[in-house]
Amino acid sequence: MNLRAVSMFAAMAALIVLEGMISGWNTALGLLNMGLISAIMALGVNMQWGYAGLFNAGVVGFVALGGLAPVLIAMPPTPGAFSAGGWGILLAFAVAIVTLAVAIWLNRRLRGAARALAMIAVLGAGFFLYRAIFDPAVALVEAINPAGTGYLGGLGLPVLLSWPVGALLAAGGAWVIGKTALGLRSDYLAIATLGIGEIIVSILRNEDWLARGVKNVNGIPRPVPYEIDLQNSPAFVERAAAFGLDPVTASTLAVKLGYAALFIVVLGALIWLSEMALKSPWGRMMRAIRDNETAAAAMGKNVTARHLQIFILGSAVCGLAGAMLITLDGQMTPGTYNPLRFTFLIWVMVIVGGSGSNWGAVLGGMLVWFLWVKVEPWGQALMQLITSGMADGSALKAHLLASAAHMRLMTMGLILLLVLRFSPRGLIPGR
Amino acid sequence: MDILNAFVALLNYVMIPATAYGAQLALGALGVTLVYGILRFSNFAHGDTMAFGTAMVILATWGLQALGVSAGPLPTALLALPLGIAATALLVLGTDRTVYRFYRREKAAPVVMVMVSVGVMFVMNGLTRFVIGVDEIRFDDGVRFLISAREFKQATGLSEGLALRGTQVLTVVTAGLMVWALFWFLNHTRTGKSMRAYSDNEDLALLSGIDPERVVAVTWIIAAALATTAGTLYGLDKAFKAFNYFHLLLPIFAASIVGGLGNPLGAIAGGFLIAYSEVSITYAFKKVLGYLAPEGWEPEGLVQLLSTEYKFAVSFAILVVVLLFRPTGIFKGKSV
Amino acid sequence: MAEPYLLAEGMTGGYGAADILHGCTLKVEKGQIAVIVGPNGAGKSTAMKAVFGMLKLRGGHVRLGGRDITRLSPQERVAQGMAFVPQTHNVFPSMSVEENLEMGAFLRQDDFRPTIEQVYDLFPVLRDKRNQPAGELSGGQRQQVAVGRALMTQPQLLMLDEPTAGVSPIVMDELFDRIIEVARTGISILMVEQNARQALEIADIGYVLVQGANRYTDTGAALLADPEVRRTFLGG
Repeated sequence: MNLRAVSMFAAMAALIVLEGMISGWNTALGLLNMGLISAIMALGVNMQWGYAGLFNAGVVGFVALGGLAPVLIAMPPTPGAFSAGGWGILLAFAVAIVTLAVAIWLNRRLRGAARALAMIAVLGAGFFLYRAIFDPAVALVEAINPAGTGYLGGLGLPVLLSWPVGALLAAGGAWVIGKTALGLRSDYLAIATLGIGEIIVSILRNEDWLARGVKNVNGIPRPVPYEIDLQNSPAFVERAAAFGLDPVTASTLAVKLGYAALFIVVLGALIWLSEMALKSPWGRMMRAIRDNETAAAAMGKNVTARHLQIFILGSAVCGLAGAMLITLDGQMTPGTYNPLRFTFLIWVMVIVGGSGSNWGAVLGGMLVWFLWVKVEPWGQALMQLITSGMADGSALKAHLLASAAHMRLMTMGLILLLVLRFSPRGLIPGR
Repeated sequence: MDILNAFVALLNYVMIPATAYGAQLALGALGVTLVYGILRFSNFAHGDTMAFGTAMVILATWGLQALGVSAGPLPTALLALPLGIAATALLVLGTDRTVYRFYRREKAAPVVMVMVSVGVMFVMNGLTRFVIGVDEIRFDDGVRFLISAREFKQATGLSEGLALRGTQVLTVVTAGLMVWALFWFLNHTRTGKSMRAYSDNEDLALLSGIDPERVVAVTWIIAAALATTAGTLYGLDKAFKAFNYFHLLLPIFAASIVGGLGNPLGAIAGGFLIAYSEVSITYAFKKVLGYLAPEGWEPEGLVQLLSTEYKFAVSFAILVVVLLFRPTGIFKGKSV
Repeated sequence: MAEPYLLAEGMTGGYGAADILHGCTLKVEKGQIAVIVGPNGAGKSTAMKAVFGMLKLRGGHVRLGGRDITRLSPQERVAQGMAFVPQTHNVFPSMSVEENLEMGAFLRQDDFRPTIEQVYDLFPVLRDKRNQPAGELSGGQRQQVAVGRALMTQPQLLMLDEPTAGVSPIVMDELFDRIIEVARTGISILMVEQNARQALEIADIGYVLVQGANRYTDTGAALLADPEVRRTFLGG
């Protein structure tokens, strides 16, 4: 990091401190925590875009996939759910995998019309067999106390374990999509990832047996203490009083600080790893490929295989961030996975921060998240100012005030366009 | 066995809706494929261009309705369409002038252009929400049904009804006219031919004295017309909701890639292929099979291959198969 | 003697920092066939591109019909009576033969039907294939479409970049015959050729370039007869 970067981070810290002094430390810490998670997502996307020039338009899908992990790992298993339908669901998946394997084998063995017919027959038969096993099993699982559970539940393990698992889930998804779309035109990866993102989110919304769909999973265990436990602990109350804080405020701050510490450790480790990777021969090769794909291919580098590696790594980091986000929220709400918020906003973070620069991605993540949160009240205030001269009750005034909420999409778009045009290397340029 | 009723049910629930939806997708995919052919990038802002265009049409429709103008049995939106197209064309031309032209001159990589189009998407999305809000809006008026299910049952004596909505016929007819006009333009006018030439071989087009800025401007105007028409027809057929148009991006991209990016004929075929697959895979065939199956053998379940929530998975699966086996599309498109 | 129709004198320049052309000079009279030959990397195609304005010159000037056109863009040079047939990608593959010719006449406001007929008379096979996409034609036929497209602007100077690259010897002879026919109508021809011997046989004037500079300049016949040229550049 050079002086420029250090001063920018100092300014970012000052913004958060200022927010703390104006709107309270609780808000400021909330902003910081989400900013840290955004920074990790931006790191993941930056690996793909900044190191390798890959356009992932399905970040939301990988974030959501990672978000599934806390549910699957940390929630207690639903009593009786697994014995009712769990084996059926697993068997159905086994059927699906065998079907795909047979189809792939046929695809290699046969030629022409025979291949097409055999593939259709195998895939069709496999699909119906899968549904015949899967549907009743799912119905059994979802019938168990649908208002409270109605899903398989998790493994009841510590929630921190779900973070690497979230990364693995996202990596698996990335492998499938990368195998398909890498090595083709750069736009195709963007479109294919746009698709996988939509599909992963719709799976989470609709497969109630998995994570209760839009009924949401609440009360995911925490890696940090609960506020109420802190408030009931005499030692904590005493220490809070020493700082001149009442127990309630102190406990919320302590919990948020606990999360912040965890996130900072993860972020620090990721930055250290990526900086090491970038300096290694592997990182030099990645940069060579990014700067001139044709030349790198001519030198015997397997460009597509390298791209697959980096695509999986970047997606895994997004999955990790997704798991952290759900852990922070303590609940899984698939309805909130909006591509504008979780794909394209992350892109704005990467571009603003500086493509190819890890520190840039971190700064971009924090800063753009800050703006994303603040633009709405600012827009509201601006509209108040603009409409202050208008007559009360005029339709235009009402419309303008109501529209202020949509200002932030436009603002983000403008920021992206302006940075791309006038400062394409971002705040902290990469190498 | 009741083949006639089965056929009517299939027609009513699969073929008619899929044809209307296919026509909407085809128009959308034509816009994407034309922009790709001339400007050589996948325009992520196309869905939001459709949304903006439709919002303009809705505003004009309201204006006309307030003035007491109506198109009789046809939706007023049809009269408003030219106004909407003009407004959208102005917006995309302005966008090209302020945003895309810079990157074109720089000869930026396609993926940078895609990124830029994402920025444009954001702005257009915000603009649409700003102008018309996020609520669902229905703006169809005029005749609702050409054939209503009840009349059909009375007239034919069949137990299965057939409903044909005015907007469905309008969609297919309008799309047909648009496509005919577009192909006539591309194949028989000097400007149209120069666009094809530019798409085929940019350098040689320059050597022949074809003005690239003019070609690009005409392309944007046509793309705006196609997007506005597609969006309006979709909104008339279903309902207008700004965010739905973003979701249309995936089937539209799938349609244009399946048909071969840059190939207009392919875009149309791709649109219908995606629409028919989507509708028939997410349709519950219980009724149709119930008519066909012998007494006592009627299916118990819905016989639905995928629930409607997964209709995007259909576009996606077709897209993946095409990318794996034939990345240039069914009709040969531009380079991989 | 009056100034030649094309006079490109002392051309110096290149694509990046290093120059490829070092004071190269080319002259073509009306109705003459001029051929540029030379070893690989001698700057043959670069010299032609410089004449056509696709390369920024650091020195020298290009004059056409007595007018200085050094500062004009390629498109403006087309309007001044130049036409250029690139070595590759020289047709619109998805467009029919006739549409390719129409695109060649894009800038013309007058009736260009007679010119299309002239091109068909010159290349009769194109008349038969007028409605076929140019991308489906054989290599030799595609070259004919490319030359035909260039002729549609009714140029005074036709420039061909290796027109016979990748075609069979029979097709090459045929193409050279057609080029002579074009020159007889008063159009000046400037072409770069790999098949140096055959090209010099039809050349009124030949330029042997080496490292971006003129090495030998003479009539085609004289160059073919020069033992030094034969030994060094024509393989004995």
